[in-house]
Amino acid sequence: MKTFLRIVAGLALVGVVALLAFIFVPVQRTQPAEAPAADWEPAEGQGEYVLHASDCVACHTSDDGESLAGGRAIASPMGTIWSTNITPDPETGIGDWSYADFRAAMIDGLEPDGTHLYPAMPYENYRLMTEEDIRALYEYIMTEVEPVSNEVQETELSFPFNLRFGIRAWNWLALTHGPGFTPADVPELQQRGQYLVEGPGHCAACHSPRSVFMSQDGVTADEDSFLAGGVIDGWNAPALRGEGTDLAKWSVGELAAYLATGRNAHSTANGEMGLVVEHSLQKLTDEDNLAMAAFLKGIDGDAVDLPESFATAAGAIEVPAADSAGSATTEMLASADPDMPLGARLYMDNCVGCHFATGKGAPEIFPELQGNSMVVGSETMPLISVILNGAEVPSTAKRPMALRMQGYADRMSDDEVAELVTWLRGAWGNDASAVTAADVATVREADHGH
Amino acid sequence: MARQEKKKDVVIVGLGWTGSIAGIELAQEGLDIVALERGHDQNTVPNFEYPQQIDELKYGVRLKMMQKPSQQTVTVRRNGDETALPYRQLGSFLPGNGVGGAGTHWNGLNWRPQEVEMRLRSYVEETFGADIIPEGINLGDYPVSYDELEPFFTQFEKVAGISGYAGNLNGEIREGGNPFEGWRSEDFPMPPMPTTYDSSKFRDAATAMGYHPFPASAGIASTSYVNPYGMQMGPCNFCGFCERYGCYQYSKSSPQTSILGALKRYPNFEYRTESEVLRVELAEDGQTATGVTYWDEAAQEEVFQPADIVILSSYQLNNVHLMLLSGLGEAYDPLTGEGTLGKNYAYQMNGGISMFFRDEEFNPFVGHGANGICIDDFSISQNDFGAEGFIGGSYWRSGTFNGQPIRNMPLPAGTPSWGAGWKQAIGENYGHAMSIGSHGSHMAYANNHLDLDPTYTDRHGRPLMRMTFNWQDNDLKMNQFMKSKMEPLAASMNPDSMRSGFKGEGAEYDVRPYQTTHNTGGHIMSENAREGAVNRYCQSWKAHNVFAMGAGNFVQNTQYNPTGLVGGLAYHTVNAIRTQYLSNPRPLV
Repeated sequence: MKTFLRIVAGLALVGVVALLAFIFVPVQRTQPAEAPAADWEPAEGQGEYVLHASDCVACHTSDDGESLAGGRAIASPMGTIWSTNITPDPETGIGDWSYADFRAAMIDGLEPDGTHLYPAMPYENYRLMTEEDIRALYEYIMTEVEPVSNEVQETELSFPFNLRFGIRAWNWLALTHGPGFTPADVPELQQRGQYLVEGPGHCAACHSPRSVFMSQDGVTADEDSFLAGGVIDGWNAPALRGEGTDLAKWSVGELAAYLATGRNAHSTANGEMGLVVEHSLQKLTDEDNLAMAAFLKGIDGDAVDLPESFATAAGAIEVPAADSAGSATTEMLASADPDMPLGARLYMDNCVGCHFATGKGAPEIFPELQGNSMVVGSETMPLISVILNGAEVPSTAKRPMALRMQGYADRMSDDEVAELVTWLRGAWGNDASAVTAADVATVREADHGH
Repeated sequence: MARQEKKKDVVIVGLGWTGSIAGIELAQEGLDIVALERGHDQNTVPNFEYPQQIDELKYGVRLKMMQKPSQQTVTVRRNGDETALPYRQLGSFLPGNGVGGAGTHWNGLNWRPQEVEMRLRSYVEETFGADIIPEGINLGDYPVSYDELEPFFTQFEKVAGISGYAGNLNGEIREGGNPFEGWRSEDFPMPPMPTTYDSSKFRDAATAMGYHPFPASAGIASTSYVNPYGMQMGPCNFCGFCERYGCYQYSKSSPQTSILGALKRYPNFEYRTESEVLRVELAEDGQTATGVTYWDEAAQEEVFQPADIVILSSYQLNNVHLMLLSGLGEAYDPLTGEGTLGKNYAYQMNGGISMFFRDEEFNPFVGHGANGICIDDFSISQNDFGAEGFIGGSYWRSGTFNGQPIRNMPLPAGTPSWGAGWKQAIGENYGHAMSIGSHGSHMAYANNHLDLDPTYTDRHGRPLMRMTFNWQDNDLKMNQFMKSKMEPLAASMNPDSMRSGFKGEGAEYDVRPYQTTHNTGGHIMSENAREGAVNRYCQSWKAHNVFAMGAGNFVQNTQYNPTGLVGGLAYHTVNAIRTQYLSNPRPLV
């Protein structure tokens, strides 16, 4: 009995020691496999470009705040996480961080004192970036960004997520891939695209599914689940590969145009993707947006047709007619039969002017509703929210018009919006579930405002 | 003591079509620019939202998009013997207000002048002899030719996004287009708009009579469109709410759809709304301007905005008013013909026929402002002035604009204007009428002019501008000629009844009913400083760093809607500033 108690006590002690070690023994920072040469200097503009490619501004800037001074609320499944001030202000920003400190945040998700960052910071993806890019980014922030004194709100998640050491265990599950980039066996342009998509662009953070532990299921291109579609803050981040996806229907040029301008012949970027376009993608070179588009189109081994240019000042662009899948709906709408269903009538009274009886909209300006991933997505909040509150595609360099769709919250009741949405989700060959007035009421109350 | 703002390279007065053009083209030069706009800011969303915007009573009748007479107006008289009275209620013409200006609430009819209209005096003298020119007419040539302006017409049409079909492509006459138009170096940026039933009916009748019908050139999108600045339009849905409304659908060409989004991205450009320019300030020697003084509505104070270049791009009436108030030339004296400012104020001479067909359905609610099939068979280049006894011409158009019930309710002649008979006539006729319009030239005359009113002042204490204007025999004869030609065409369509509306001999100007907002002249272009206020680059003869945009430059009005010529002249002017003036600021002529 004594022996047994000793064993139990001993095991308990080992457990406590292990737990204490787990909590208090500092995490080792991952060391670079290959460091740049001692006299290495970033190219002119490289650091700022990496900042844009990594979309730092979107999260680290609040709505009315100074650029990179933090304070933006990031909704996560664990609660609200407040982004930090990453200007070189020594008191409230990262002014006293060494390069090794900065690198540890990007690669291992660690603050200088060893505290774990919440993985809202996509170090799962940033750890794939090259040493040169991380160095260039660090030097840009330290020498060219104006320090801003801005004390941001501490992130205070509820138990158990407030125990940051738990992330150490989470990292064992999430960071199964080493640091650094491994190019696939594809042409150079697509490799560049792969690098941008996997690393700085951190596309997988939204577009890959999440595992049961909420880590990214599919971080690199060699995994089948990579970019197979995810859900973020109630929005479908559509699959970027596979049959039946938007991308399968888009050309490389159309995809590049979507990335660079938030709009193309079929669709527009709303919600989170609108922010990515606004703060990141529109600032990249045409070649890089083309590289990402080419990589994504070729991800499953398909041949890639590279256009010479995209999003040019195209002049007149013909408006498509209804296709066979949509013709029955188009004819029903055009019949103007007063007995048509309420959803269809609401469409005629509110939507048809821009999106047309064909459901095809008009290239570059009015998105197609037939097969639109937002219209038929598993998440219905975005579509309901757009109808209630409107939407805006940001002004971009190549397409400077901020395309605003007005909201209809004042014009339609919850019942009517539900009828309309349900109808849209079944029109022109769309085949998605119905929504209820209660679903609409929830969105109206939450006022997502995307 | 006025507040003083930091000096700018360029100050732009008024942010409509021409102010936006000057803004973006000069911003591309890296110049530091401020635009001052009297009115409010406005964008498609939220300002033109559906369905609030398509409220005929509010916008069509109560004119909520327009300048308020309490803000700014003119006094009007028909001749020098009358006492001018303030235009206290908008009627005959409707100046706009706010960012985008009249470019937000126009119909979208975009035309180029004919080649001969740019050199009308020479054409008349060469073709018919100087002795046919009536007494009292200030017939002139523009100091810039059609050929010189052609690239700039093309540039404006690409920016504005115009739908149509070229009838004269580099000299080649094309079936289905306007054979009498000036040559085009390129086809229209967008294909023509589809045709409504009334237009088709008109086309068939015109063809049968040997005329040459063609689709109207429309600042209305027939497809998706991306212009050279990357700005965009979406295809029109024929809702019929163009004139007097902002377009909720990005389909009507406007500064908002064509320029402003691109312009606002330039860090060297800013604009201030609720900022009404009161005068242009001149240097002590009077040879250049030093900037402008404006009224800051929010701060309720006068502000001096120094600048190296002043662009006057407010509405024609405001431009002339500002130039008169600022001494940018001498006021025109109709008795002596001396002076230039206010000279050659002109307008438009229009008429038309409504036709009623009991058994035809026209669905007039399907339309747009620039809808229709036109003919130019009675245009300036086609008329025999010697034989007919007038100088001028018109284009005809048939196509429903809208079916708005308050203002668009044509009824047969003899219908009671109220009561049961009126109601019955509406029931019988709504949707069963179509019309043909004649949109005619208006010459400039010694007696029609603008100057400062001796009695009335505005809210800033400035004298109002006075308009002295009446119809003149030459244009009325032209109008009656059109009536004589149009009635047989209308009759050939076999309506149950028809009703003509053409002003004739003895007609006097009535400022109450709406006619057109094509007010032109007053700071006209000229070969020399004696004859006009600005040179061929729309540069002030008086102060070389002042450029005046808009229809105030028109030597006399053309037979067409003015926007195409206004846009072409604006690009011609900014091109001269960019290529000639900036490197060496001086009088360019």
